[in-house]
Amino acid sequence: MRITVTVDGTGYTDEVEPRTLLVHHLREKLGKTGTVVGCDTSNCGACTVHLNGQSVKSCSVLAVQADGGEVTTVEGLARDGQLHPVQQAFRDNHALQCGFCTPGMIMQSIDLLADNPNPDEEAVREGLEGNLCRCTGYQNIVRAVRDAAGHMRPGAGPEAEQVADGERTTTGVGGDA
Amino acid sequence: MTAMAEPEVGRARVRKEDERLITGRTRWTDNIALPGLVHMAFLRSPTAHARITAMDTSAAKEMPGVIAVYTGDDLDPGGEVGMPNAWPITPDQKTPRRPMLAQGTVNFAGEAVAVVIARSAAEAEDALAEIDVDYDDLPVVLGVDDAVADGAPLVHEDMGTNKSAEWIFDSAEAGSGGDVQQAISSSEVVVTRRFRQQRLVPAFMEPRSVVVDPTAPQLTMWSATQVPHILKTMVAMTLGLPEHQVRVIAPDVGGGFGGKLAVTPEECAAVVVAQKLGKPVKWTESRSETMVSAHHGRDQMQDITISASRDGTITGLKVDLLADMGAYLGIVGGGVPVLGAFMFNAIYKVPAYRFSCTTVFTNTTLTDAYRGAGRPEATFAIERIMDELAAELGMDPMELREKNWIKHDEFPYTTVSTLTYDSGNYEAATAKAMQLFDYDGLRREQRERRERGDRVQLGIGISTFTEMCGLAPSRVLGSLDYGAGGWEHAAIRMLPTGKVEVVTGASPHGQGHETAWSQIVADQLGVGFDDIEILHGDTQSSHKGLDTYGSRSLTVGGIAVVKAAEKVIAKARKVAAHLMEASEDDLEFADGKFTVRGTDTSTAIQDVALAVFAAHDLPEGVEPTLDSEAVFDPENFSFPHGTHLCATEVDTETGRVRLRSYVCVDDIGKVINPLIVEGQMHGGLAQGIAQALFEEAVYDEFGTLTSGTFADYLLPSAMDLPSFTTDRTETAATSNPLGVKGVGEAGTIASTPAVVNSVVDAVRHHGVNDIEMPLSPMRVWRAVHEGDAAAGGPGAEAGGGLGSIDSAHGGAQ
Ligand code: FES
Ligand code: FES
Repeated sequence: MRITVTVDGTGYTDEVEPRTLLVHHLREKLGKTGTVVGCDTSNCGACTVHLNGQSVKSCSVLAVQADGGEVTTVEGLARDGQLHPVQQAFRDNHALQCGFCTPGMIMQSIDLLADNPNPDEEAVREGLEGNLCRCTGYQNIVRAVRDAAGHMRPGAGPEAEQVADGERTTTGVGGDA
Repeated sequence: MTAMAEPEVGRARVRKEDERLITGRTRWTDNIALPGLVHMAFLRSPTAHARITAMDTSAAKEMPGVIAVYTGDDLDPGGEVGMPNAWPITPDQKTPRRPMLAQGTVNFAGEAVAVVIARSAAEAEDALAEIDVDYDDLPVVLGVDDAVADGAPLVHEDMGTNKSAEWIFDSAEAGSGGDVQQAISSSEVVVTRRFRQQRLVPAFMEPRSVVVDPTAPQLTMWSATQVPHILKTMVAMTLGLPEHQVRVIAPDVGGGFGGKLAVTPEECAAVVVAQKLGKPVKWTESRSETMVSAHHGRDQMQDITISASRDGTITGLKVDLLADMGAYLGIVGGGVPVLGAFMFNAIYKVPAYRFSCTTVFTNTTLTDAYRGAGRPEATFAIERIMDELAAELGMDPMELREKNWIKHDEFPYTTVSTLTYDSGNYEAATAKAMQLFDYDGLRREQRERRERGDRVQLGIGISTFTEMCGLAPSRVLGSLDYGAGGWEHAAIRMLPTGKVEVVTGASPHGQGHETAWSQIVADQLGVGFDDIEILHGDTQSSHKGLDTYGSRSLTVGGIAVVKAAEKVIAKARKVAAHLMEASEDDLEFADGKFTVRGTDTSTAIQDVALAVFAAHDLPEGVEPTLDSEAVFDPENFSFPHGTHLCATEVDTETGRVRLRSYVCVDDIGKVINPLIVEGQMHGGLAQGIAQALFEEAVYDEFGTLTSGTFADYLLPSAMDLPSFTTDRTETAATSNPLGVKGVGEAGTIASTPAVVNSVVDAVRHHGVNDIEMPLSPMRVWRAVHEGDAAAGGPGAEAGGGLGSIDSAHGGAQ
């Protein structure tokens, strides 16, 4: 099937097998290897991206379901060389060790802050329940998310990532189109 | 004069590693793509023990995209290749051959029996279903007690036994203490317990992955491994390759926790397949494959007896272990429980001690190193039985510990298991922890809740632990029959522009070595933190090393870095003296500058580096280089210690456990970076607490792993853990120039018994004196309501650990 997906602001048109998962399309076809796979039961959240402004586990979405959609990955968060406040907070608070869960954690954290701009500890823990980290014990991740909340402008959530039509690059490097 | 620069060591530097990791500019092994790359997928045995009577791969070979299908006999016609076991714990240890792909029999469910190579990973996976294997089932051996019973069926028939080895330490024989049997029979109080260390899955988040490129004379292997150097040497030895034509790269590695301390059949098969096809190959496992085929950890039955006089003075300690090795021995294998042998006596003055360990085969995934490796098991048993002894004596458990521990003025202290603890201050760590925890206040609340028969009871758990870190003095490893040494290598390259490259043999996979090593070198050489680059994990740039495990990187590898820096300075001093026309003895080195004492004539080490690069004007006989390397072999282990206190609320009507507070004060010696230390503590605590409350690898009676996915194996999520209060005391290690002790495993080692002690303490008045791990609500409830001495049994099923799992779906109630 032929699909067109905008990923991190660039449009890509490709032939994909109907069974291809979005995460595999991102990693293998588009070279978006910042997004990773940690499990095969949709439990770990390592693959979390934003699809049309909502966080999704990209291992449980088919690439064809993203046709015509906009995807933001961890690679598309920094703007003009500036880290996203959540990225910055993860760094400042030592919220990562091996970093494998980090792309998913960051994407999920942004989503949860969009829903709740000033979450308490309990709300952060609840919002991250679907993302597993084996290294950090979560304490610094929780701290980072709350720290980021203090630095984020309202409206800096996933909707802000959607690219206006005029700004979109139509053909991405690395796509098949 | 400028002011002395603030030292880098001790600063809470944010990590150098993070910028790439938070922006997705990562280099996981699975990211690697090479021209013509083909993909491997393994067919794994669904049955735990069977003879393979027939295998038909012809249909699979016809599948779209398939390039080849190989069986064990195809890869190793002579049946000679076996994965290495580097630690034969006794001369007569039985070590069955562990092939790349099963040949003749399969010995655990998940063992690979065939491999498909196809143009895409999906096509390789598809073709697996077309391979036809006939299995003739054999009796399945599960559980150490059954495995060693008379007449038990055998995992490896040709060995004639399920026992691999028996390893014994006896203080009477070693001359380090008395005869334990005598001590026990003449003591006023004797407490005996049987503790079960359930089987755990290391569960690093990045699944294992390997890429092999055979297209150049030097074969290159990328692997998600903790041990690229060991892997290089072992792959060469195992497969008979010339070692100098193998290069191993561990790029970004997503956690290990001992689980990637391995030389795997999949890695070796990838090399053989790549060579056969002359093409680069890749294998990345699914999580379900990790669960059944990457090694597990723990899994011991511990029979422990402690004796004491009525006043609480310990008189003897006897430990008998049965350790489940699974179907084969991994690279460390039986060495894991043996490491524990030195830690059962912990921080206590034990006059008589005997330890025996029998390593046993069963038809399960093999067990090997998992965070702490032997030491958490030992610490659990001693800290649990200290609480039981206190209960027996009617003493406060902290008082009992204090009565028996080594006092701060008794260091250095040689223990009954012959280790010499260089330093420590258990009193100081304990005092600080008790105060942060409000020990007295919580005891008061506990009394009140008991008196009013509150449904929710409060428990307080203590763990005053130590561990041996910094594996290891090579001579000690030699005396234990380990196959290698315990040194570490470092090199420093002074570049012409004044920048510095540091090569380390340690191989980080989340620990933050790039940051910590930069801090160390910045202080040693007086160069900027950002002017230092740390090179690691590629045997071509970092050609020598023994990698990262056993909390050894800083205490061994970090010291090698210091030694290399000292050599750089010694070389630079000669040149600086020559350039400034002064005598070497008149030079002082501080903040990166050589200064002629008593003058303001100075030259920076960067200027010396440039002068050496130009080499126009060097003193007679001086080589034009400042580059230096060092190999550090520690004299002794290091011994971090700490006091961990855990308060739990136990709902006696539902069996649910809530962690109310967790305080730990650890003494890990000098700290390079407190931010990193705190992170290590948090992560370690999470894993140790998870053992106590949530995790277990469960097999059914057929030898099928029923907790084989992240849906069933309950890694704690953010919802399942509290925030921890972590603090430190600082007693410098005397065994190394930085005074460091290591922190990687402390949290995991200490926390498990603190949690279990706390829960047992909460319900002890219901007649409970033990609950088997993980402490699922069902087990806790049963213990409370049936007054079971040792509530094990039901609750062990997959999903049994978390109260949040819906009972209608097979979880705990
Ligand atoms: S990869 Fe684990 S949830 Fe998607
Ligand atoms: S940082 Fe390693 S899994 Fe989260």
